[in-house]
Amino acid sequence: MTEAAMHRRVASRVPRLRDAVQVGLPVAALAIMLAIIFWIRPAAFSFFGFTLLFRFAIPLVFASLSQMLVIMLGDIDLSNGSFVGLTTCVTALYLENAPAEATLIYVVMIVAYAAFGVLIYVQRLPSIIVTLGMSFIWLGASIILLPSPGGSAPDWLSEFMSWRPPCLPLPIWIAILAAGVGHFFITRSSYGAVLRGAGANARAVERAGWSLIGIRAATYAAAGLLALLAGLTLTGLTTSGDPNVAPAYTLLSVGAVILGGGSFTGGMVSPVGAVIGALTLSLAGSLLSFLQVPPTWQIGAQGVILFLVLAGRALTAERTQ
Amino acid sequence: MSLAHPRVVIAPWTYGFIVALAMWIATTVYSGLGSAGSTLSAALAFGAFSVTVGTGQMLVIASGPGNIDLSVPSVMALAAYVSMTIMHESNSMTAPGLLAALAVGAVAGALNFLAITALRLPPIIATLAWSFVFQSFTFNFGGEATLKPPEILSWFAVWRVGGVQAMPVAVMILTLVMMIVLRRSVFGRQLLAAGQSERAADLAGVEVGRVRLTAYMLCGTAAALTGFLLSGFTGGAALNMGDTYLMESIAVVVLGGTSVAGGQANPLGIWGAALFFNLMATMLNTFHFEAGVRFLLTGVLIILIVAIAPRARGS
Repeated sequence: MTEAAMHRRVASRVPRLRDAVQVGLPVAALAIMLAIIFWIRPAAFSFFGFTLLFRFAIPLVFASLSQMLVIMLGDIDLSNGSFVGLTTCVTALYLENAPAEATLIYVVMIVAYAAFGVLIYVQRLPSIIVTLGMSFIWLGASIILLPSPGGSAPDWLSEFMSWRPPCLPLPIWIAILAAGVGHFFITRSSYGAVLRGAGANARAVERAGWSLIGIRAATYAAAGLLALLAGLTLTGLTTSGDPNVAPAYTLLSVGAVILGGGSFTGGMVSPVGAVIGALTLSLAGSLLSFLQVPPTWQIGAQGVILFLVLAGRALTAERTQ
Repeated sequence: MSLAHPRVVIAPWTYGFIVALAMWIATTVYSGLGSAGSTLSAALAFGAFSVTVGTGQMLVIASGPGNIDLSVPSVMALAAYVSMTIMHESNSMTAPGLLAALAVGAVAGALNFLAITALRLPPIIATLAWSFVFQSFTFNFGGEATLKPPEILSWFAVWRVGGVQAMPVAVMILTLVMMIVLRRSVFGRQLLAAGQSERAADLAGVEVGRVRLTAYMLCGTAAALTGFLLSGFTGGAALNMGDTYLMESIAVVVLGGTSVAGGQANPLGIWGAALFFNLMATMLNTFHFEAGVRFLLTGVLIILIVAIAPRARGS
C-alpha cells in the first residue's frame, strides 16, 4: 500500500469514528441515567415504567428534529417553542369540531414558516432576529385565539397518546421511527446530501443546479411540519391548549441537536443524535426527581448534566482529531 | 459620502431612532400633547436598562461569530438577590451591595467563557447551561420572595437633576465612553479584530482568548449592574425580573446595527433600538390593543425593521 493510499484510508476512518463517538456519548449518558433510575426504583423497569418516563419526550423529539433541520441550513430557530404553543391552541380549539378549518390553519402556519425561511435567505437576514420576531407572531396569534389555557384535545388524539402498541412502549416506537426516517432522509439519501450541502456550502449546491430558494422553502416547511407534530402530540398528552405551554422547547431543542453531535456551522447534524439528545434531556428531569434533588436545585442540576455530557464530547473530539 | 455618491445614505442604525420617533409622535397624537413628555421620559428610563444590558451583549456578539450570552437574565436576578441580601434594606450597605453585584457579574462572565473554551462548547449552549445553574443559586438565595432595596437605591433610580432623569443620562455617558473605547482604545480595536478574523488577529499578536474573556466579563458585569439598578427602580429583586431581557438584549443589539457575524459594533444604535422597543410597547398600550395583537404587531415590526434596514457591506 502506498503512503498516500494508507493516508486516505486513515483519513476516511477518522470522521466515521468521530460520528460514532458523537452519537455514542448521548447514548451512554442515556444508558447511565436509566441505570440509575432502575437501580433506585426497579419497578420502573417495565412497559408501563418506560411509557411514563418517556411520555413527554415525544413532543420534544419532534421539536428537536424541527430545530435540527433549521440548524442544518446554518440558521437557528428561536420561534420553535411558541409555534408548538400555537399548534396546541389550534388543535384544542378546532380539530374536534371543525377538522377542515383546523387543517387549513395548519397549512397556513406551515406555509408561513416556509415563507419566513425564504425571506431570511433572499434578504440575507440574521435568522436569530427574524425567528425571534416570528416567536412573537406565533405567541400573539395563539393568545388571540385562546387568551387563557383551555379547549380540549380530540378523543382520538388523547387515545392515541395513551395507546399501548405491541412489543415496545409508544414513546420508544415513535423515537425509533423518527430517528430511522430522519437517518434515511438526511444522513443516507442523496437528497439529504444536497440538503446538508445547502447548509455547509450553499454556493457549491447552487452551482450544481439546485435552487437554494426551493431547498430552503422545503426544509423550513418540513421543520414547520415537525413542530406541528410536536404540538399535536403535546396536545394529546396535556389534553388542552396553552399559548405558553412550551417556551422551554426552543432552547431545549437547540440543546438536543448539539448534544446529538450537531454544530452551528451548518450541514453537520445527526437525526439519530438529535432524537437521543431529546430523550436524554427529557429524562434528566425524571432522573433528578428520582435522586430526590430538592426542587430549587433541579434546574441547576440540569445545567450540570448538560455540561457533563458535552464535556465528554469535548474530550473525545480532542483524541480523534 | 464622496462625490460619486451624492444621494443621502441613511445608516442602518438610524432606523431605530426614526421608527422610535414616529411611534412617539403617533402616541402623542392619539393621547394629546400633554403626555408627550411623560411618554418620552418613561421610554428613556426603561430604555436605559435595555441599553445597559444590550451594551454588554454587544461586546460579546462583536467578539466573533457565534458568540452570545444567554445567561444575561439569570445573572441580573442573581446579582440583584445577592446585593439585596447583603444590603438588607440598609442605606449604609449600598456600596458593598453594588460591589457584590458587580463581582457576581464578572465571575459569571468568566465562568461562561471558561465553559466555552475549556469544554469547547458553542457559546449559546454554554451560557444556557450556566443560566440554569445561576437560576438555581437565585432560587436558593431568596426563593419566591421579593427582596426590597434600600431607600437610597430606589431614590437614585428615579433621581432627577433639574427635571432631567439622572440614570438615562449616566447610561448615555456610558454609551459615549463605549464608542470611544471601541474606536480608540487598544481593547476596542483588539475586540473588533478578533471578531473579524480570529486567525488574523492571532497572527497580529492579539491574545484573542483574553480579549473575549474581557468581553464576557464586561457583559456579565453590565447585566449585574442592570439587575442592581432595576431592583431599585421596580421596588425589589424578583425571580423573573430579567426574563424579558433575554430576547430584548439580543434584539436591540442587532436592530441597532451590530452584525451578528461579529467584528463590528454600534453602541449608539442600541439607544435607537431600545427606544423603539419601549415606545412601541407604550404606543400599542395607548391604542388599547389586546395582548395578543400587541405581541403579533411586535413580531411583525421586528421583522420589518431588519428587512428594510440596509445592512453594512460585507456582513
